[in-house]
Amino acid sequence: MNNVLRHHLFWPVAALVALLVANTVARPSFLSITIRDGHLFGAPVDILRATAPLLLVALGMTLVIATRGIDLSVGAVVAVSGAVALSHIASSPNPESPVTVLTAIAMALALCLVLGVWNGFLVSVLGIQPIIATLILMTAGRGVAMLITGGMITTINSAPFKVLGSGFWLGLPVAAVIAFGVFAVVAFVVRRTALGMLLEATGINPAASRLSGVRSKTLTWTVYTASGLFAGLAGLLISADTMAADANNAGVFIELDAILAVVIGGTALSGGKFNLSGTLVGALVIATLERTVTVLGISPLVTPLFMALVVIVVTLLQSPRMRERLTAATRRQAVTPPEPQPAARPDSTEVKAR
Amino acid sequence: MTQQTAPPVVEMTGISVEFPPVKALDGVDFSLRPGEIHALMGENGAGKSTLIKALTGIHSPTAGTILVDGVERRFTGPADARAHGVSTVYQEVNLCENLTVAENIMLGAEPRLLGGLHWQAMRSQAATHLKRMGLSIDPASSLGSHSLAVQQLVAICRATVGDCKVLILDEPTSSLDTDEVAHLFKVMRALRDEGVAILFVSHFLDQVYEVSDRMTVLRNGGLVGEFATADLPAAELVQHMIGRSMEVLEAAEEVVEHVERPAGATPLLQVVGLGRKGSVQPFDLDLYEGEVVGLAGLLGSGRSELARLLTGADRADVGQTRVAGQPTRLRTPRAAMRHRIAFTSEDRKGEGVVDGLTVRENIVLALQAERGWMRPLPRKQVDELVAKYIEQLGIRPANPEALLRNLSGGNQQKVLLARWLSTAPQLLVLDEPTRGIDVGAKAEIQKLVADLAADGMSVVFISAELEEVLRISHRIAVMRDRRKVAEIDGGGATMDQVVDLIAGGGAK
Amino acid sequence: MTTTAPARARRALKIPTRLDRRYLPVLGTFVVLALMLIVGGTRYENFLTPAVVSNLFINNAHLIVLAVGLTFVILTGGIDLSVGSVLALSTVITAALLQAGLPVAVVLPVAVGAGTVIGLAHGVMVHYFQVQPFVATLAGMFFARGLCFVIAPESIAIDNASFVELAGWVQIFAGWRMSSGVLIALVVVGIAFLALHFTRFGRTVYAIGGGEQSALLMGLPVARTKVLAYVVSGTCAGLGGLLFAMYSRSGYSLTGVGMELDAIAAVVIGGTLLTGGTGFVLGSVLGVLVLGLIQTIITFEGTLSSWWTRIVIGVLLLIFVLLQRALSLRKT
Repeated sequence: MNNVLRHHLFWPVAALVALLVANTVARPSFLSITIRDGHLFGAPVDILRATAPLLLVALGMTLVIATRGIDLSVGAVVAVSGAVALSHIASSPNPESPVTVLTAIAMALALCLVLGVWNGFLVSVLGIQPIIATLILMTAGRGVAMLITGGMITTINSAPFKVLGSGFWLGLPVAAVIAFGVFAVVAFVVRRTALGMLLEATGINPAASRLSGVRSKTLTWTVYTASGLFAGLAGLLISADTMAADANNAGVFIELDAILAVVIGGTALSGGKFNLSGTLVGALVIATLERTVTVLGISPLVTPLFMALVVIVVTLLQSPRMRERLTAATRRQAVTPPEPQPAARPDSTEVKAR
Repeated sequence: MTQQTAPPVVEMTGISVEFPPVKALDGVDFSLRPGEIHALMGENGAGKSTLIKALTGIHSPTAGTILVDGVERRFTGPADARAHGVSTVYQEVNLCENLTVAENIMLGAEPRLLGGLHWQAMRSQAATHLKRMGLSIDPASSLGSHSLAVQQLVAICRATVGDCKVLILDEPTSSLDTDEVAHLFKVMRALRDEGVAILFVSHFLDQVYEVSDRMTVLRNGGLVGEFATADLPAAELVQHMIGRSMEVLEAAEEVVEHVERPAGATPLLQVVGLGRKGSVQPFDLDLYEGEVVGLAGLLGSGRSELARLLTGADRADVGQTRVAGQPTRLRTPRAAMRHRIAFTSEDRKGEGVVDGLTVRENIVLALQAERGWMRPLPRKQVDELVAKYIEQLGIRPANPEALLRNLSGGNQQKVLLARWLSTAPQLLVLDEPTRGIDVGAKAEIQKLVADLAADGMSVVFISAELEEVLRISHRIAVMRDRRKVAEIDGGGATMDQVVDLIAGGGAK
Repeated sequence: MTTTAPARARRALKIPTRLDRRYLPVLGTFVVLALMLIVGGTRYENFLTPAVVSNLFINNAHLIVLAVGLTFVILTGGIDLSVGSVLALSTVITAALLQAGLPVAVVLPVAVGAGTVIGLAHGVMVHYFQVQPFVATLAGMFFARGLCFVIAPESIAIDNASFVELAGWVQIFAGWRMSSGVLIALVVVGIAFLALHFTRFGRTVYAIGGGEQSALLMGLPVARTKVLAYVVSGTCAGLGGLLFAMYSRSGYSLTGVGMELDAIAAVVIGGTLLTGGTGFVLGSVLGVLVLGLIQTIITFEGTLSSWWTRIVIGVLLLIFVLLQRALSLRKT
């Protein structure tokens, strides 16, 4: 029991279950899935679809955060990606052609890759603080997206592109298949190659990593590039869902939701050990939370308030001071005789003289 | 010079400080009289900083009493200590570079006007204090625009504002040049003559002899003794600091045998005139297979800096490097690794272990980093490697999945050794591999180094403990004042011979 | 003549031989601002007129107050992402309470006080619970925005007579217009300047940004000051909301989305380092004016679309960040 409680996924999963229970109580049919036209329908399926873009962005964000960084520009990259793809399709003579759609996708992803490379360059080569380096693109990115769309909301009709947003594959939403597929592949690569370990080493102790021959700069650069690419893919999914590129509103606050998903998933913003399964649960929690608000008949506009409460509770629970109190409390409750408390640990009491 | 009759301003008796399971200080007595400069001597881990921190309230002693001006005190922290006249100036200047000199001196005791800061008065008062230090700098200039030496003096200036009875100077000279040190000493003497008691920590023997009246020597958390500076020859002081710990002697009294090198053998690593400005003077060194070269010297003598240049951890400004006769440059640790050169830093926590990763991950880190992330080591090979080193080095707990932060210092050090041994190095540079670890682990590591050399590896071994260096080195390079001053044959060297070389400049 | 000679010599001594490095970024902002005014003045007629300059202040009074408050937090090395949302919350509270018939004398302190309370919560989370400023104020951002929607999802027009009168107060002299909002903003700037440069609190703010450990070892009141910096930022955001309500005569929960970005950009362009310890409130004011002027120029240009504003801001940010990076590299 204690092991279950201590597992890093316990609290996020508990939150997810609590949300699902609340929904089912409010609407007993919530969890039911029906098959219609050979596709799965139902609230859980909708949640999976809604999670897709957030999951992609949070995936890149997790890797960036592991290196002690942060990527604020993902929302802007989402907007740029949609703008590029839809502008290309809209201006092409044959928007229904798969070739046009594939070209559009390739163009969008290529540009987002370049944006990621740019962020990585500022952080790893010029040594600019990640929060500032990505703030630049966060500010300018939406301007670039509007430049591409000419300031209008570009709408298109293109069946092949629409598949990305609302199509089904083997009965499942294509968007979810793509996002979860990419997630699975990346998670597999990260854990089966040495990437995960080297990223964690870089995030935990950059100096020791350098002396051990870890190519920290290259790794850092790589994760920002990946973050840009994944945000671009998320942008495609979002624009395909609405079939419109709205440079102002596409992916607004997705960077914050993604950071939140990472934090809920138990990865500390201070870098190091990261937890992709936690991020997955975190993204599901956020998507379910948004759904819950509608199911419970609360205006969706109030969602931020719930999000705030979740962040506050989670971060306070994770804060060092709270942890000390909690462990002190459980120790007091423990049946076994209390261990002698060390009077002073050098690392906690020492006022660092540097 | 010392006023033998004056009652001590600080009297610490039987002070013990524990960080379980380590006893950082064990029943140490220390007294400081007004109007004296008292040097606190000891190698790394001797307990100097712990004693200072116990006095200023950063650490709370588990036993002992502290009297300041005859009243028993336990300060709650540096601010409280300062309020009672005990001020500390640290090695790293703990002031704010972005503020002006005047603010750095006066904040906390600033003159006010209509409830706000009275800048003009602040500047003029600061100027007065600066003048006492013999500094003629603009109080309105920002602190960051001045040299480190000036910043150090400003820090002392701040410490002496108000009622300062005791001034603690923790390694104030480590980054100053000769003229700056002379200036600092002038200030220190002036303060002493005003009746301030100065506690001076420095690893430069000649400076200690030049400026101090008395000294207290600590070793391994215990008190060695209190001496009048004039009565203690430098060589004797060094012996007191380095000590002869009997246990270690018993653990391995074997002195290594002299290895015969075939004449004209190519050194594995040969450096000529390698140096780095402000770090270590150009030096020559040849390293051969199957040989342990010890680096002897006190803290700050340049022994660590030399090791860093050999291994690409720092980049050399001048000099040539040849590996197996081929000219090359080791600009980064990666470059050194390509030539099968491995290095463990003295800063185990900051530059060695990755404490949030497991034993297994820490062991394979260097090998994996060299292969790149795309070619992961096969899990089976990793498990074998890790099991092999846990077994061979006796790493405890013998659990590959244990987080490194939960291991003791000695076991962390063994993990670091395993990390580098798994890369099959030709040259292994170990900076203080035995510092702060228990006697048993120490003997094991010494044994391992001897075995590795016997198997043909070249090892550079740095330790603050001269005994240890003498015991396992075939050759010893002696460092003093950031310079390599001698190279002697380890087999025939005696303790006294090396101590004389180390003390060199300080002997009077 | 002879009597003035020593005085002149003394004055001459005071002139620094070389410019203090601290002023370089602010000077850069000033040069950019001057260049923009010159370029605008030569390119367009009616650009350098009192009306245009007055409008620059009137349209950006709320942003000036936001940027000033944010400067305190950024100087300590923190960040406050919530300022846009707190501004919106303040407008909504103002409008809702006035609609409910409460007197202005009650409404104004409540609206500003809401910001103060949120700022206090940030400070406590950051300092006592060691939550990263980014996350703590992110939570505050969501919280304030959510609270807006709870209070009033729709825009509420303000028709309270005394509030409208207060908001509509304008002093005109020789073509220059000064609204009550601008007056309040300038007073805030003045108070912030005095607080930062003539109180121990202000100097401790700088000291914390220069090195929290050093500040602690210097015996400065680090805990109190850090919390207070967030309180100042929250209060300024609340006040900014009041100014915005006066400016727009309404309270709307979607006000100020992304305004925290503008405020951060203004502070950075104003020469304040996001790492803390270096910067000036007057720089932040210059930063706001630069942002406002970009907008004005793009409006005057006519052919340029509005999105160029964001791109130009981004490019300016980049230039200033690179400049600061170069300065800090040269130093080490």
